Parts: sequence; structure tokens; C-alpha cells
Amino acid sequence: MNISFFEFISYGFVQRAFISGIFVGVLCSILGLFLVLRKLSLIGDGLSHVSFGAIAMGLFFGIYPIYFAIPVVIIASIFIVKLTKKAKIYGDTAIGIVSSVGLAGGVLLASASHGFNVSLLSYLFGNILAISASETYLSIALSLIVLATVYLLYYELFAVTFNEEQASVSGINSEKINLLLVVLTAITVVLSIRVVGIMLISSFFILPAVTALQISKGFKSAIFVSAITAILSVITGICISFYLDLPAGASIVIVNFILFLISFLWKKRM
Amino acid sequence: MENIVEVKNLNFNYGVAEVLKDVTFSIEKGDYVGLGGHNGSGKTTLVKIILGVLSSNSGDVFVFGQNVNKFKKWHKIGYLPQNISLFNPIFPATVYEVVSLGLISRKKFPRKITEEDEKIVDNALEELEIFNLKDRLISDLSGGQQQRVFLAKALVNEPELLILDEPSNTLDARTRNKFFNLLNDLNKKKGTTIILITHDIGHIGEHANKLLYLEKSVVFYGKLSEFCGSEKMEGVFGHESQHLICHQH
Repeated sequence: MNISFFEFISYGFVQRAFISGIFVGVLCSILGLFLVLRKLSLIGDGLSHVSFGAIAMGLFFGIYPIYFAIPVVIIASIFIVKLTKKAKIYGDTAIGIVSSVGLAGGVLLASASHGFNVSLLSYLFGNILAISASETYLSIALSLIVLATVYLLYYELFAVTFNEEQASVSGINSEKINLLLVVLTAITVVLSIRVVGIMLISSFFILPAVTALQISKGFKSAIFVSAITAILSVITGICISFYLDLPAGASIVIVNFILFLISFLWKKRM
Repeated sequence: MENIVEVKNLNFNYGVAEVLKDVTFSIEKGDYVGLGGHNGSGKTTLVKIILGVLSSNSGDVFVFGQNVNKFKKWHKIGYLPQNISLFNPIFPATVYEVVSLGLISRKKFPRKITEEDEKIVDNALEELEIFNLKDRLISDLSGGQQQRVFLAKALVNEPELLILDEPSNTLDARTRNKFFNLLNDLNKKKGTTIILITHDIGHIGEHANKLLYLEKSVVFYGKLSEFCGSEKMEGVFGHESQHLICHQH
């Protein structure tokens, strides 16, 4: 495309894409670090499948799908935690159960409706360059709430992620912190749908975190590196998408993966 | 004398397997208790119940005079768990970050580490001679160094009760001696109450002034002098084992 970078960033839709992408990217990357270290990295994938079902339900009932998906995915995230505990099954099994039910529900509703398959497909792959102003405000507001929660409960999250038993002996309610982590993840998954699409959400959680784990020299530094990786990926991915006319979500993910490869090779050389 | 830990008629089962049966004892302020027993005798389970990590099937546990289920002053207790190497090996925490986690039990929401806290952490690192490791990743350290980091975390609050689960497993002979000298100092000079779990009962007499021997139930609890003079215990342990414990101190 034959326009300058400054002209490019002067477009309202591009500005909205950068703002939403950066907020959601930072959010995913920080929560992703806690999830990866807790071996819960696939919860993002599982909840994105639930969001597919929730969005299909929203479209079916004529309710704005993102607003409908937020409470449904939060309930599903709590259900995963409760199922793990009450049914005495591993977390990945509970994620598998909930995600497959969510996906199956979405497919059934899409099949029954005969009318909204095209709309549903747009949520599968996302389109950050088509984000509306109200979606941008929602992304900012919910991102700030989640980031403030992580900031205020940083030591609780750090302690439980490091060692749940020792956290309990420090007077931290590990069960409540675990529940909080999955609820924050649920909100973030729904926010990410328009940015990256249901199919690629888990990469937003995993790739910046594993990049940070290659090169970080401490937990705070890992959070910082993870967030910077996400920001770099979003900015570079959107630019590549615009200038090369490629899908934005997939471009961001590929940039994320390249940054992971660089960090991995750099660590190996050290 | 104030009771630091009081356990009354405690029973605990894992499913149908009986782990602890009618355990009753109390530990007074300043006691240095060696908690011995064979593998699977219930030592670690007992400690986890005292720490509120596990809930008993029946019976009562009081810590600093309060039921453990309602206990909030966790900064009074330092805990060095068994198998410290079981933490996630890819976890990117520095020694400083791990030891500072020990301070959060005394903090209220929102928990933050201040500059003053950093000095407290530095002092704990210096006391255990690991200040030079402050900015190193915990996963990059040897087993003995990791052990000292976790001990620094347990001691950073200057706890009134220190519980150590098989602490000398990964230590070399020199570090081990220094480690136990430090515990003796804490007990004698600061009056710290210590519960030292070990399956190696030969070492209990070397350090502790009381022995709690567990085989699901309490086999013996009392002063070492009582243990050493007891013909009943000679019958239970055999002359050689009793002699080994009694002549270490």
C-alpha cells in the first residue's frame, strides 16, 4: 500500500486497532505468564471454544455477542475450577470437557439458525482493523480493571504460582486466588476475540510468556519482557497486515512466534 | 509455660488409609522437638495439619492458643518444606524475590514490599551467607544453596515457631553443621520454638531437647532424658537405637 506510516496511523480505525491490540496484548501476556507457570496455558484455548458457543448464542438470540459472551465465559471458567476440585479430575481434562461442550453448542446453534454463519466466521478469525469505538472503550475499561487487580494482588498471584502450599502457610487463600486468575482469564479471552479471533487466542497467552521465560532474570522482569513482547508483536503485526494486505490476527501471532524463536536462539548462544 | 502447639485427639485418613490415630501432645515455648518416625508414619501429614494445609477428620489443633482454622498470624510461623526442589524448574524467580515472599504473611491488602523490607531480606541473606546470590535465579542454584534460600525465607519474619521438614537432605557436611548451629542459636538465644522432622532418629538427640516419635499414634513424647532412662522405650526401639539417640548430645 502506497501511503506513509504517519498517514497510516492517522486513520481512526488504525488508532483503534493499536490501542485495543496493545491493551489486550499486554493483558494476555501478563496473565499468560501466570497460566504458563501454573501449567494452565490451554485454559485460554478452552475458554475461547466456550466463547464460540456463547457468541453463537448471542447471535441466535439477537444480543450483541461480546456482551453475551462475557458472563457465559466467566461462568464456564468457574465451572472448570469447580469441576477439577469436586470431580477430582485434572485441570486439562476439565478444560477439555468444557471447551468441547462450548464448541458443540456453537456448531448446533449455527446449524439450527441457517443465517449467521458468516458473522460467526468473523469471530473465529477476528479483525482488529474493524474494531468499533465502543469495542475499543470496552477493551480499555476491562483491561484497566484486570491490570489493576493483577497489580493489587501481585504478591498473592506470585506466591500461589510459585508454590500453592507455601502460599497457604503465608495466610493466602490459594483457592480464591486460583478462581480469580481464571475469571480474569475469561474476561481477557472475550476481549481478545475481536483482536485475534477465537482460533488464535491461546497464542496471545502463551507466546509472549514463553519468550519472556527464555531471557528473563527474575519474575518482575519476566512480566515486563512478556508485556513488551506483546506490544512489539501487536504494532509490527498490524503494520505488516496493513502494508502486505494480510490478516492482522495471524500476522501478530507470526511476529510473536518469530520473537520467541529469537529469544530461544539467543538463550542457546549464551 | 505457654503452649505454642496443642494437638488433641487428632485423627486423619487419606480415603480408607488411616494416617494419624488419636494423636495428642503439646509443645511449649522454647522447645526444640525432634519429630521422628519411619517413612509413612504420618510426620509430614501432622505438620501439614498444624500448618492448616490439611484438615483433620476429627480432633483439635491449636497454634499460639488459637484454633488453626481461625489462625491468622502466619508470620509467627516459619516453614521449610520437604522436597524444596519440587518447585517449578522454569520459574524465573530470583533469590531476593523468593525470600521476600516470606514477608507477605505479615502484610495486609494491598501487600507491597517496601525499602525497609528489602533491608530485612538483605539481613536474612547475609545471616545465611547467600547475599552474593541475591540476584541469581533460584533454578540456577545447587540443592544446598536452594535449601539455604528457603531457610532464609522461613526465617525472614523472625518466627516464634520454626517447622523444618527433613531439612538436611541436600546439605553437605560443612553446610549441615552450620545449619544446625544456626538452629541451636535461634533456639537458645532467641527462644525460637523448633519442630525438626527427620526419619533419621540418630540425629534427633544431637540437636533437640524433646523427642516426639510417631507411628500413626504417639509412641513417645517427652524430654530426651526421660527417653534415655526409659526401659519401656528400650523395649520399643531396642538398646542400640536408644543408645544412638541418647549419646549424640
